[in-house]
Amino acid sequence: MSELIIALSIIMVKVTVVFSVLMLMVAYVPLMERKVLGHMQVRHGPRRVGWHGLLQPIADGLKLFFKEEIIVDHANKGLYHLAPVLYMTCALALYAVIPFGNEINILGRVIPLHIADVNIGILYIFAISSLGIYGVVLAGWSSNNKYSLLGAIRASAQMISYELPLGLSIIGVVMLAGSLSMVEIVNAQENVWFILLQPFGFLLYLICAFAECSRTPFDLVECENELVAGYQTEYSSMKFALFYMAEYTHIIAVSAIAVTLFLGGWRDPLMSPVVWVLERIPVLGSLTIQLIGLVPPVVWFLMKVISFVFFFIWVRATFPRFRYDQLMGFGWKVLLPLTLVNIVITAFIMIIV
Amino acid sequence: MPIDYIPILAFLIFALMFAVGTIAMSSIVGTKKTTPEKMMPYECGVDPIGSARRRFPVKFFIIAVLFIIFDIEAVFLYPWAVIFKDLKVFGFIEMGIFILILFVGLIYAWKKGALEWE
Repeated sequence: MSELIIALSIIMVKVTVVFSVLMLMVAYVPLMERKVLGHMQVRHGPRRVGWHGLLQPIADGLKLFFKEEIIVDHANKGLYHLAPVLYMTCALALYAVIPFGNEINILGRVIPLHIADVNIGILYIFAISSLGIYGVVLAGWSSNNKYSLLGAIRASAQMISYELPLGLSIIGVVMLAGSLSMVEIVNAQENVWFILLQPFGFLLYLICAFAECSRTPFDLVECENELVAGYQTEYSSMKFALFYMAEYTHIIAVSAIAVTLFLGGWRDPLMSPVVWVLERIPVLGSLTIQLIGLVPPVVWFLMKVISFVFFFIWVRATFPRFRYDQLMGFGWKVLLPLTLVNIVITAFIMIIV
Repeated sequence: MPIDYIPILAFLIFALMFAVGTIAMSSIVGTKKTTPEKMMPYECGVDPIGSARRRFPVKFFIIAVLFIIFDIEAVFLYPWAVIFKDLKVFGFIEMGIFILILFVGLIYAWKKGALEWE
């Protein structure tokens, strides 16, 4: 009995810690985005609230929290309220299967640092992220606004079109790891990260991930000069904030999944090729190996995720937007055949080697 | 094992509580002053013309149908990919034929103009 209570409390503590760290990241990634974008455009970004704008997320959050909640006439009220909740819950639920660290030992108890290790981890992620599309569609349809409706239709068409190549691009990883469990996939990258074995798959995943989050080269969902704000036009106060947060939650989730599948998850960069090179460098090499070994796995994981998020912001500062026909054509005529070719080539090489 | 999913359930409940809680709390604290103009659907300042529940291009429906077909293909590929190391050449040829058939399907849809946006 006491064993059960201990197990349950460990689960609760893990869930709470992951949730709090995640919320902190979701609050600060927008600030990071504004700061990085600002400096890339030779300006400062927010710096009035707190030291260099560090309290800006709290100010924004409080402002949105106390705003008036507007429900448009003839909106479908039930669905109107359901949409942001569904979207946010689905975005958050993605983190339940991502391993963020090695096992740790507390009071003689071995605690693995992941919330759940299910043997269908990747399928779970795809199922949940598909459910998230419902949030967008319901939001657009229930708000009784033409811009919302158009935005939602665009968004859903874009998301389902890019979900195909997204799902197919990581089949190479599944083939190499021989498992769908995220923990097993990280374990399979002990010697070499999968980005070195699947560079093409990684590139395809990257493109599809940008489209899935509707980030800059593919942000037609909310292109303000055509659709005002897309499916969230009629949302205000905390419901708007939930959409906004869910978007950033999704970006961090996609980064964390990319890190887990291709960049070795929580592993340090001491994979065998790197060690081979470092061992050839006198003195400095072994020193580097020792220094890298000192950093805990959780820190490596967070560092990788944050650099990936930085990459997302960098791309936003660099690229213009696609046109809608280009976007759909690119997804179906270029990415989909390329992912299939990638699978066949991977299978072919695996048979030969 | 179903027991593996208990932490996921806990996390889901946590996420749901957060989402519902923030909305409910903010709708209690937020100001409430409604005017007929404020409740109008936003249409760039003009009074809205007609209902927003209108027809939209059938292209989107075709994309949805194509998505279902190819998504099922993707789902079929997953179990194959997991045990690919054991199947070797047999699995390669079998799946090669499967992918080829679907590739022909994609080219057919392409030639029929299902992927064109005008």
